[in-house]
Order: sequence, then C-alpha cells, then structure tokens
Amino acid sequence: MLFLKSNWAKILSVFILIYVIAGGFLFEVPMLPVVHESIRNIYFHVGMWFSMMFVLALALYHSLAYLRGMRPEDDLKAHVAVKTSLVFGTLGLIIGMIWARATWGAFWVNDPKLNGAAVGMLIYLAYLVLRGSVENPLMRSKVAAVYNIFAFVLYFVFVMILPRMAVASIHPGIDGNPALATGDLDPRMQKVFFPAIAGWFLFAWWIFRVYFKVQNFALKIDRYS
Amino acid sequence: MNNPVFSIMMKEFLLEYRMKYAFNGVLLFLVSTIFVGYLSFSGMIDNPGWNALFWIIMLFTSVNVSLKSFVQERGGLLLYYYILFRPQWVIQAKIFYNALLLVVLSLIGLAIYALFFGNPLKNPALFVVNMVLGVAGLAAILSMMSAIASKAQNNFTLMSILSFPLVLPLLLVTIRTSLSALEGGSFTDHWHNLTISVLLSSITLVLSNLLFPYIWRE
Repeated sequence: MLFLKSNWAKILSVFILIYVIAGGFLFEVPMLPVVHESIRNIYFHVGMWFSMMFVLALALYHSLAYLRGMRPEDDLKAHVAVKTSLVFGTLGLIIGMIWARATWGAFWVNDPKLNGAAVGMLIYLAYLVLRGSVENPLMRSKVAAVYNIFAFVLYFVFVMILPRMAVASIHPGIDGNPALATGDLDPRMQKVFFPAIAGWFLFAWWIFRVYFKVQNFALKIDRYS
Repeated sequence: MNNPVFSIMMKEFLLEYRMKYAFNGVLLFLVSTIFVGYLSFSGMIDNPGWNALFWIIMLFTSVNVSLKSFVQERGGLLLYYYILFRPQWVIQAKIFYNALLLVVLSLIGLAIYALFFGNPLKNPALFVVNMVLGVAGLAAILSMMSAIASKAQNNFTLMSILSFPLVLPLLLVTIRTSLSALEGGSFTDHWHNLTISVLLSSITLVLSNLLFPYIWRE
C-alpha cells in the first residue's frame, strides 16, 4: 500500500504505458484472418475493461467499509471510484465499438458480452442518479452503499455466468475470462499484454487517488468557508 | 401463528383486503396494458413476440406492485415498527407478500393475455412453473429496490432505472425458458435454467437480509 501511495507507482505506470503504447503499435503480432492488425487493440480495450472492474472492486470495498465504520471518507471514495470506473468503461466501450466496426462490420452487435457491458454502464449511471435524488446526506451515503453492494453482486452474476450459458457469442472468452486464457494468446503478444494490464491498473489507481484528493479537498473547503 | 414475518404478511393482506383499490388498480393496469398491446399488436404477433410482450407487461406490473411496498408507511407507523420488529423480518415479509401477490397477478394476467392473444402454449406446466419462479424473483429484487427508492424523491423513475438493469439477468433466463416452453420444450432441457432462477432469487434474498437493516432506520 505504501508503494501504491508513493510517486514511484505513478512513474512506474507512465513508463509501463509508454512501453505498452510503443510496443503495442510496433511489435510483431500474429496475422490472423478478419482481425489483422486490429488485434493490437487488445492491449487497450481489454486494459480499459479490466481497469473498470478493478476500480469497481475498489468501490465495493469502500462501500462495505462505509457500512461497517460509517466514515464519510469511505462513502466519498466509493462515489469517486464509481465515477472513475465509468470513465474507463466509456473508453472501453468506445474503443470496443471501433474495433467491432472494423472486424464485425457494425458498431453494435447483439451479443451477451456487449449487452452485459451496456447493462453495467446503466447500473452505475443509475447509482449516480440515486445519489443525486436523496437529499439527506447520511441516508444518501447509506442507500448508495447498499445499492452499490447489491448491484455489484448481481452484475457479476450477469457478466460472469450468463454469457457462458448462451449458445454462441461472437466475442472471445466464452468459456473463461476474456483474454485471460493465456493458452490462446500468442507469446509475442503476452510480453506486451501483461505489462499493459499492470500499467492500466496502476494508471486507474492513480486517477482514482487524484480524483479522491480533489473531491476531498473541495469538501473541506466547503466545510470551512 | 406467532411468527413475526407471518404477522407482517397478514397485516399486509388485511390492509389490501380492507382497501382493495391497490390490488384492483394493478389488476386494471394489467388488463388495460394487455388490451393496448392487443390493439397495437393484433394480427402480427408470432411466438417470440407473444412471449416478449407478455414479459414486458409482467415487468411493468411487477414494478407497479412493488413500488407501493414502502411508500405508504411513514412517520408514526415506522416508529412503531422499529420497536416491534427486526428489519430482516420486515424485508422478508415484504418480499414474500409481493411474491405471492405477483404470482396471483401473473396467473390472472396469463389467463387474460391468452384470452386476447390466443394460447400457443405447448408445455403449459413448464411455462407456469417458470413464470412463478420468475415473478417471485422479480418480487425479491423489486422489493429491495423499492426500499431504496422510498428514501429518495421521484420514486417511479428512480425505481425503474435502479431495477431494470438489475432484473435483466433473471428476466433473460426466464424469457428464454418461457419461449422454449411455448414451443414445447421439456423440463429435462430446462432444469438448469430453473435452478438459475431460484439461485438468483436466493442471492437476492440473502443480500436483502444483510443490507436492508442499514437503510431501514432514518
């Protein structure tokens, strides 16, 4: 934790991401039919979704912490984490749509994975609306934490289990975590892919911390002005 | 019967029986929605369409029913409850009550729907079992969402946006099984889908029990 809160984590993430962007665009990749060069998108698209999941897990952790300790700081962290995850989710969605247009011929195809992603975005946008519509601050924090935990569990059931029941999916990763099945990822790509995931995680963590500090500071200014 | 969950449920039924407008209102909502659907869709509906329209109507009916779970209890009555009951009893009673009400409503709804749109069911037993499990699960999720939405303003909109994404997993499994039952699928093909419905409802029940105490008291 000490490392993650130090500047070294940020520097590391910048260096990893420079390597990932350079390596992602320049290194050799296997030539597969249909995807061709667009396979390089895996470093960015999958990285975005993994970061989103990572930050959502943070949000869940802080919501649980809030219900245990009732510290306003935890509520703020959960709120900020959800907002951060929405940024990463939106980016993942946009990158994915461009990729889908290139390989499947349409920006959106009716597929369990894609629909699962859309539902996730809807759930967390609803979380923000919920926060906006409860006036009492204490009740707002409690209700938001409860909804976050509830939604997280049901959403993960949705994303992890249901697509696997579907007869067919055009999206890879039908019987395992998408892109984590390292057996079918080319070794040439693995040496960019794994750093990419680590780099995006560190980057997401950094964004989350910065956002939290700004919001926390704004709260304090409000309190003392 | 001294079981507190049961007594809260009995109180709900008694209230419903004394002022029938709520049940009758929802029933009328169901009938008029089916009739609107009949007028807009008649003559151009196939099996998947029949199934999808039925479930959309059931979804909106369920939201309408569950919406009222917590809004009518305000102020003094809530204080009285705080003294008498544990929060778990309250949410359980609400869920079971809503589930029972919705099962009855869905059976009536199915009869009226079949009256207007014709009855293409090839395996009615599977369809009804699946429907009962489905609406019971809907009741569980929607009751909890109603508890959350009752703490906020603009109830109906909030209730819809909170619950629609969350009921989707259950709804998709149910709709799939339901369509298959419509076209003559058997229990042996679908026992795992039914199990998933039950599992999702159980997860919801457990989560509601754990989380409801935090939002019960203002």
